Amino acid sequence: MRRNGIFAKAFCALFALFMLAPILVVIGVSFTPTGYLEFPPSGLSLRWFRAILDNPDFIAAAWISLKLALIAATLATVLAVPAALAIGRGSFRGREALQALFMSPLMVPTVVLGIAFLRFLTLVGISGTFTGMMLCHVVIVTPFILRLVLASVVGLDAATERAAVAMGASDWTVFRRITLPTILPGIVGGWVLAFITSFDELTVTVFIASPSTTTLPVRMFSHIAQTTDPLVASVSTVAILFTVALMLAVDRLYGLDKLLIGEGKT
Amino acid sequence: MTMASTETLRETARPALPPAARKWLLSAPMLLLFALMLLVPLLMTLVLSFNSFDFYEGIGGDLSLANYAEVLGDGYFYEIFGRTFGIALATTLICAAIGVPLAWFLNRMTPFWRSVMVLVVLGPLLISVVVRTLGWAIILGNKGVLNGALMDLGLIERPIRLMYSSGGIVLVLVHVMLPYMVLAVWAALQRADASAEAAAESLGARPWTVFRRVILPQAMPGVLSGSLIVFALSASAFATPAIIGGRRVKVAATAVHDEFMNTLNWPLGAAIAMILLVAIMAVMLIWTRLVEARVGKEYA
Repeated sequence: MRRNGIFAKAFCALFALFMLAPILVVIGVSFTPTGYLEFPPSGLSLRWFRAILDNPDFIAAAWISLKLALIAATLATVLAVPAALAIGRGSFRGREALQALFMSPLMVPTVVLGIAFLRFLTLVGISGTFTGMMLCHVVIVTPFILRLVLASVVGLDAATERAAVAMGASDWTVFRRITLPTILPGIVGGWVLAFITSFDELTVTVFIASPSTTTLPVRMFSHIAQTTDPLVASVSTVAILFTVALMLAVDRLYGLDKLLIGEGKT
Repeated sequence: MTMASTETLRETARPALPPAARKWLLSAPMLLLFALMLLVPLLMTLVLSFNSFDFYEGIGGDLSLANYAEVLGDGYFYEIFGRTFGIALATTLICAAIGVPLAWFLNRMTPFWRSVMVLVVLGPLLISVVVRTLGWAIILGNKGVLNGALMDLGLIERPIRLMYSSGGIVLVLVHVMLPYMVLAVWAALQRADASAEAAAESLGARPWTVFRRVILPQAMPGVLSGSLIVFALSASAFATPAIIGGRRVKVAATAVHDEFMNTLNWPLGAAIAMILLVAIMAVMLIWTRLVEARVGKEYA
């Protein structure tokens, strides 16, 4: 196969510039010494990073997001693994319907999910609570985990499990010693993807968060809507660094392309 | 010893439950959560969209089509829905125009550069849309990076209006949606037969001819499935139109947000959301039918 010519290389370079421009601009702006958004910055200053420490509401929002993402991703994983084991192997009545239901949060526009959750939580009387928000996030992140765990369940070798059963292993032993280790990469990948999805979620959360349960994306969104100072840029830079660190860890553990390309395939 | 082995043998011989029941049991916790936290809320929202609303009395318990009549009878909402789907369509077309050649070039790169480019394509997916849109707001503002650079170069005299415009929203949505299109097209090209391209080249076809006659037909299934994802996500996008479009350039999702959080007319907001949901579902269904008819014929 022929390699890319000069036109193709220029196209790819422009594409890379386009994809990275907003991220680089946000990082650049966060180092400005001035009180307004300025790019390229006229000097280098950590002023706006120190300003984060003077804004407890951003730090509180970051903690809520972290807690929410950890609990939602974990709870969704605990529920998704048995469901994937049931759906992934052999056919039974209602299997397609179950799978379609569990994947449906991806199909419904997020704004519709947002108002549906708000209406439900209000009627039940837990609107604005952390618990309510967490249950909603479990529903939102489930498809991401289910898809990756399903992909690894399909690759399971049923003969190994049958052999273990024939040797007298109990169900729990078969799961712990054979099934779980085989599908673990899928579970870890799904958990990470769910964590990131929950941590970055805006459209649903903007409806269901209350002032005391505001997440980081919602806090940043309302800050941008009100003022434009470099504070939100420095918060973004910290969030980007956190994401990059997580990405590097995932890449080591699981392979980033496997995680995300698995996401693209339906 | 003997006792233990008979015990396990007996257990092996007698599964606790028939297989189908076992599977439903394994799925039961998730099913319960989804029934309670997804189906019930969606049903409640559907009912809400038929309820009446009064600024003093709040949400009424009666059912009527008044909210739908209000939305479908008002030019203001036609403008919003027209803009929403116009933006989604433009975003989809531009994403396809950029995504197809890029996926092809990706296939022809050396492994090192390919992994670099894959990182460039996928990396932004992991960064919050709020952060990415903030970056674009800084770039696109009247005193922003882009207008500043263009004016310094003397290419324009006055700043181009990119913030608070549909064009600006499309530009940023293209940035947000491109990874989905590139992934879909790339997956299709990887499934395709690479020797067709090599054969065309060895027979002396120019790159443009190879692209048009070999790559594009092979990429088509990916373009069609990618377009479906990009269109659906663009039509229901919230963060990007809210930040780039501001208060004036509204789309369906930001209009729903407005009704719920500012005007507090929840039933009307629910009706707008239901119309958006049905419209997107209808487009997806028609699209899938068309694609199945077309692709089925060509690739059968």
